Amino acid sequence: MWADAIVTLIKLAVVIGVLLTTVPIMVWVERRGSALIQDRLGPNRVGPWGLLQPVVDAVKLITKENLIPDGVDHFLYILAPFIALAVALSTFIVVPFGQGDGLTLFGSKIHGFIVAPDLNIGILYIFALAAFGVYSIVIAGWSSNNKYSLLGGIRSSSQMISYELAMTISVVGVLMASSSFRLDQVVMAQTGTWLGFIPKWNVFPQIIGAITFMVAAFAETNRLPFDLPEAEAELVAGYHTEYSSMKFASFFMAEYINLVTSSALIVLLFFGGWTLPGLTIPHGWAGAILSLVIFAAKVAFFLWFFVWIRWTLPRFRFDQLMALGWKVMIPLAVVNFLWVGVAMALGIL
Amino acid sequence: MTASRTETTMLPQPQVDLLPKEGVVAVEHGVDGHTVLTVEREHLLDVLKSLKETPGLDCNLLADICGVDYPERDARFDVVYHLGSLEHGHRFRVKVPVTEDDATVPSAYGLWKAADWFEREAYDMFGIRFDGHPNLKRILTHEAFHGHALRKDYDPSQRWLLTEENLMTPKWSTGEQKNDDHLDTQVLNLGPSHPATHGTLRTVARLDGEYITEAECEIGYLHRCFEKMSETHGWEQVIPYTDRLNYCSSMINGVGYALTVENLLGVEVPPRAQVVRVILSEFSRIMDHAVCLGANLVDLGALTNFWYFFQIREEIYGLLESCAGGRLTVSYARIGGLAHDVPLDFEEHVRSLLARIPKFIDDVDKLVTTNKIFRDRTEDVGTISGEEALAWGWTGPCLRASGIPYDVRKAYPYSGYEQYDFDVPVASTGDTYARYLVRMEEMRQSLRIIEQAIDNLPPGPVITDDHHVALPPKEKVYTEMESLIWHFKLIFDGIKVPAGEAYGFTEGANGELGYYIVSDGTGHPYRIKVRPPCFAIYQAFPHMLEGSLVPDAIAILGSLNIIAGELDR
Amino acid sequence: MAFLSAHFVAIVFYVLAVLAVAGGVGVITFKNPVHSALSLLGTFLMVAGLFVLRHAEFLGAVQLLVYAGGIMVLFLFVIMLVNVRRLSPDAAFLSRRAPLAVLSGVVFGALIAFGVLAGSLGHPGGGATALQMVQGHVMGNTEAVGWTLYRHFLVPFEIVSVVLLVAMIGAIIFGRKDAGLEGRGGRMEP
Repeated sequence: MWADAIVTLIKLAVVIGVLLTTVPIMVWVERRGSALIQDRLGPNRVGPWGLLQPVVDAVKLITKENLIPDGVDHFLYILAPFIALAVALSTFIVVPFGQGDGLTLFGSKIHGFIVAPDLNIGILYIFALAAFGVYSIVIAGWSSNNKYSLLGGIRSSSQMISYELAMTISVVGVLMASSSFRLDQVVMAQTGTWLGFIPKWNVFPQIIGAITFMVAAFAETNRLPFDLPEAEAELVAGYHTEYSSMKFASFFMAEYINLVTSSALIVLLFFGGWTLPGLTIPHGWAGAILSLVIFAAKVAFFLWFFVWIRWTLPRFRFDQLMALGWKVMIPLAVVNFLWVGVAMALGIL
Repeated sequence: MTASRTETTMLPQPQVDLLPKEGVVAVEHGVDGHTVLTVEREHLLDVLKSLKETPGLDCNLLADICGVDYPERDARFDVVYHLGSLEHGHRFRVKVPVTEDDATVPSAYGLWKAADWFEREAYDMFGIRFDGHPNLKRILTHEAFHGHALRKDYDPSQRWLLTEENLMTPKWSTGEQKNDDHLDTQVLNLGPSHPATHGTLRTVARLDGEYITEAECEIGYLHRCFEKMSETHGWEQVIPYTDRLNYCSSMINGVGYALTVENLLGVEVPPRAQVVRVILSEFSRIMDHAVCLGANLVDLGALTNFWYFFQIREEIYGLLESCAGGRLTVSYARIGGLAHDVPLDFEEHVRSLLARIPKFIDDVDKLVTTNKIFRDRTEDVGTISGEEALAWGWTGPCLRASGIPYDVRKAYPYSGYEQYDFDVPVASTGDTYARYLVRMEEMRQSLRIIEQAIDNLPPGPVITDDHHVALPPKEKVYTEMESLIWHFKLIFDGIKVPAGEAYGFTEGANGELGYYIVSDGTGHPYRIKVRPPCFAIYQAFPHMLEGSLVPDAIAILGSLNIIAGELDR
Repeated sequence: MAFLSAHFVAIVFYVLAVLAVAGGVGVITFKNPVHSALSLLGTFLMVAGLFVLRHAEFLGAVQLLVYAGGIMVLFLFVIMLVNVRRLSPDAAFLSRRAPLAVLSGVVFGALIAFGVLAGSLGHPGGGATALQMVQGHVMGNTEAVGWTLYRHFLVPFEIVSVVLLVAMIGAIIFGRKDAGLEGRGGRMEP
């Protein structure tokens, strides 16, 4: 019992630790990556290749004055960034990040590299929490007592609701194909190959679902071209206009953690998780570490993909975004799951 | 053929028999090629109307309205209108003398919407009232300002404090909302400090959701009395101030000013100086368009293109710096030529830029021009018809994007533009996307001009040898008595421009950049009025906003390229 | 410690229950509509917690997804658009409706009581596993809900969806008044 608890705690600590370290790394990648794309140098003064820049940034944000403007709703104003960060951190507990079956630690089974292995609703939990994440933005927008913040909050709430639908529906096909809500079982269903060389990844039969999911993931993480809640040009900084110091940093961290979660979900749902075609991952610790590396590499690719897209595309206008969500993404997602249903009934999948 | 427009004959002249007779006191021909009509106030509107509507005259462009103060005269003020016909090319200057006690003229807003802000400016600066103007109030100075700053007897040392109570609030923004079934109407201030205004501009907008139902602009935040200051400076000393008008392309402003004064002086500019002026002006135009498009794209979320364009700007700054020493504010043009000759590696430097710049333009072209998101954001956004644009007094790329191919460089060539083979890009739709396309193509055309100019860069002096205007070379001052005297006289007395007046206009990056200069024969300009192209463009902006979304407002504003330095002067 | 582990479920239940009721009280006592709405959100969260406590994870997640993620956001959306900062303490407005409130409270209470009684009578052995049983096998809450909904209650389920569809169409028709914006290519004519 105690060993179980300790194993869970260790996993939790590792997950939170990794997520929180990913944030500065991602900040660095974003800044240097954008510089690379934009024909600039980027931060290169602090540490080799500017690697310590995020550390300095963090120190700056921590030591900045904690400013609370007049006229804000105090309790909610302070609550909002906490919700953002708490939701971002807690979604990851149902995300498996490697093959850890049959391993033991302190004589206790570790039940796979996943913090909450017994939560059989898996992905549904992520969606439920992500839905809750809207509140951080809505509350921040409202409590700031600023018109730009409010517009950002309103935009955000309608955007998140709309794209959540597309996102949820686009996953249905995957869940049908693997007949489970649990993400580790979704990955298991993607091992092996078709015809000996096409990996059995969901992205191939369900390319439409994969695309809608990725687009929705961009929208849910408020990244360009869907960064309307904080559209710099028109809404100043949107919902976090009035935030500074660590409260701003919390939104910032939450955004990057959500990015990691989204990338992990894309990999798990559509790109075979830690599997590679033609590679049987051995049992035991060696296999576990190999699977971790594969998974991390895939996630890293999608993280870079997010950065790449951000510095390539312009921003949608709000009505265009909504039209895309309701008139294109949702029908496409429905087409995807209808196709999976038909294919399963015919025995193709 | 060298000095394109210093002679009056270079401007097309109107048919004399078509000119209105009634109320016209005098018809003269200005040194600037304009037909100057002095008109009685009672007949002003009739004269303007017949100038606009008589077939054969067709003055469809109201370029400028301004006041001039002659305190010693009985009729103290002249209200001066500059009109032009794009079709026939002739230009008019209409002057209406009015007395101080009854400084009122009828508003021309009914004929040209362009009169809107120009009349407000004349009211603000001289206290001339315009009967029938829809919204006659101060524009460049603030609400708590007393007196009229450009009157000769105004004491510039006075200070006026603007308090929050006096802040401009349009009536509709405080009154009841029109549409009661919408609960979500609010008044939003875009600016004066807002990331998308790229300068200090303020737009007050009434929103219905995110739709703008009403809007009004407030300008003048960057007003620094350029015109007033010029009146106390020597003719040469005005040049650094012109740099600060459209600071994205300062070279063009200086050249425009120098050309107008040269016109008054009747001075010839040596060919080498003309070619260098053209080269640097065209580079400045590229820079200006790059900044405009880059900023516009940033507002649409496409930051990367901004950096590509700023790379262009950076490299051109390198060239300007090597020539003039300054980067942003070059002060390189001089009356009669240039401050000094270009550096030895000028030609090489220009050629390397010519080789490098197209790459950046092409990169942006590939990233943006056919991008679906970008086109959805810009097509059919901020659409204005050519007719409407002209009525508002638009010129330059924004007018050409609405299908009217008016370019001063083609219509009234100066500095030898007639020698160069280039096209005037025109788009027909008049939306934000069209303005983007026109600017992109203009950058390429500018490169074409530079290429031809650098191939034919003549040797020789870069400033006139007329020593009433330009200092003799230093070594001669040290060795020759006569040159020493010239030097002494010029330094102590300054340039003496003969009494007279001229309206000189060049193609600025935003359109027709006009200088209306009045000289009384002393060492200072008597009156300088700048006709900033974006002043005319920006006055249409609040009207374009009605019915569009807040994000559209940002996209439209970016595409108009409003430069606060030029707008507010 | 032993007490804690023995009665862990009960303790969590009472904490959640009290918080849920407190949230409900908050909804009607807060003066600021946004605070009320967030307080209702708190109630939804606690109820979701109660579902999870009964091993009805699916219901808990759906509760969050639908009520917290969808409906409450729309509530907030409307409140924010209308931008009411404070409700005026209009006592007359409330007291005039007091009889109505009491009546609906009583009817609602009776309904709940009936439901609880009927539930405990209908499923005497309804323990934690009842929500995970599929044809006598323990399979998990999601499957159980699926089986129940699409096998036993298919017709009521479809009727409910039709009712919701009607409501949705009705809402669209009501909202159509200013939907003219859409008809003109998303642009409003000035």
